[in-house]
Amino acid sequence: MSIELLALVLIAAGAAFFVVGTIGLLRFPDTLCRLHALTKADGLGLGLTCLGVALLVGSVGEMLRILLIWGLVAVSSAVSGHLIAGHVLRSNAPVRGR
Amino acid sequence: MSTGLIFGLTGLGVFVVGLCGALVLVDPLRRVLALKLCSVGAGFMLVVAAWKAPPEAPDPVPHALVITGIVVMISATAVALALIRRLHTLEHEHHD
Amino acid sequence: MIDPLLLFDVILGLAIVSLAVTVLVVRDRFAMIVLVIVFGLMSALAWVRLAAPDVALAEAAIGTGLTGALLLATWRQVRTEPERWPALPRGVMVINMGLCALVLAGLVGAFLATPLGTPGLGVAVADNLADSGVEHPVTAVLLNFRAYDTLMEVVVLLVAVIAVWMIDRGVSQAPQPTLGPELGDLPRGFARLVLPAITVIGAYLLWVGTSAPGGAFQGGAVLAAVGILLLLTQRYQPQPSHRPLARGVFVLGVAGFAAVALLVAGGGRVPFEYPADHAKTLILLIEGLVTLSIAATLAALFHGREPEAISTQGGRS
Repeated sequence: MSIELLALVLIAAGAAFFVVGTIGLLRFPDTLCRLHALTKADGLGLGLTCLGVALLVGSVGEMLRILLIWGLVAVSSAVSGHLIAGHVLRSNAPVRGR
Repeated sequence: MSTGLIFGLTGLGVFVVGLCGALVLVDPLRRVLALKLCSVGAGFMLVVAAWKAPPEAPDPVPHALVITGIVVMISATAVALALIRRLHTLEHEHHD
Repeated sequence: MIDPLLLFDVILGLAIVSLAVTVLVVRDRFAMIVLVIVFGLMSALAWVRLAAPDVALAEAAIGTGLTGALLLATWRQVRTEPERWPALPRGVMVINMGLCALVLAGLVGAFLATPLGTPGLGVAVADNLADSGVEHPVTAVLLNFRAYDTLMEVVVLLVAVIAVWMIDRGVSQAPQPTLGPELGDLPRGFARLVLPAITVIGAYLLWVGTSAPGGAFQGGAVLAAVGILLLLTQRYQPQPSHRPLARGVFVLGVAGFAAVALLVAGGGRVPFEYPADHAKTLILLIEGLVTLSIAATLAALFHGREPEAISTQGGRS
């Protein structure tokens, strides 16, 4: 019971980070700020959600698969964030403070 | 009110939006996407037809048909996109 | 008291329909492609809710991921072209939309009059699952009960890659999209890091398809992503001398599938009627060959041109 409660709290916290990240994506003025909001909040959001779900599954194998998904998404979101930021810097798109 | 009913209506909506787009739009890339919407809408209808209120297991035959449909749709999309690229090249050579 | 999951379904359904509308009316074509990718992922989520994880995997991997890559590659080549917005006479548009509304009304009427959750063929599949050689019903239908369909589907993919190679012969030589050195070492390092993992995941999806959601198409799509990543990071550059090999791999799935189907015939059995003792082995053999073909074909569809067209026109920059 207490494990389920903990998982629930973790997933809810993850969902809250996703909401915050989405608000940042919609409200921030330029691409770099939006990237900042998205990568930070979604990285945490996905991490907490995966942790919560991993607590709920029965077997160690499934837990490891969920952690693998987390790792792959984290790596690819870091790389795509880097690529988008690099594109913004090269393309003279409007960036605040430049 | 059930999950099947909700997503059945969703699928009908998506199909008709795609149909409307395919009839009304002129840009070829947009038309391809409109047809893609149609195919997803049709997929929704088959998946909904297979659905049964849990805990009953769904009917696997429509699922297999939709997977077939998804692969056929990417084949058709790839050919349509190649035609769009060719058309673009022809028009550019014509203007030059 | 409304079930909160039903509320989720309603919100998801509304989001999907409004995404579909937005895809068609948004002005920027790049935004349109991004929205269609979001639309595909949302549909996959809806199919998970409808207890169809196989279909959701296929839609997310093939219908969204790879289709999105194809669309972006084409967008890159034609983006300079001004978009043709509706130049149809207003009357024609109104009539078309009116007819679509009639179609919608007719379909909704027919749908609401149809009972949901009827037994269908699920009972027949469940009764015969033990004879199919695999434990997962969707794989049993795809590779055993309705294997003719699946063979034809692999033929369609083959026809598509032949057609794309022929059509693209006349396409001007825009440089291929790459994640080249000008973007730094990161994309290549990323490829080095994830390529082994993705390859294992593709093989795992193929293997697990006999007993759980997964199978040749999902595994093939993941392996096709490996091919696309190799092409983008230029770790693999197609050469004219590779064409015979590529053609062989494209045909491998169809040829292997048809050969197994015909070879099991005889002794009172019809084509596609696998002997019960070896059914699982044969299905895995077919799936393995088909997976390789699907992966190579989908990556070739992304690349577009056949290798020769590049080399005869002075290579690429």
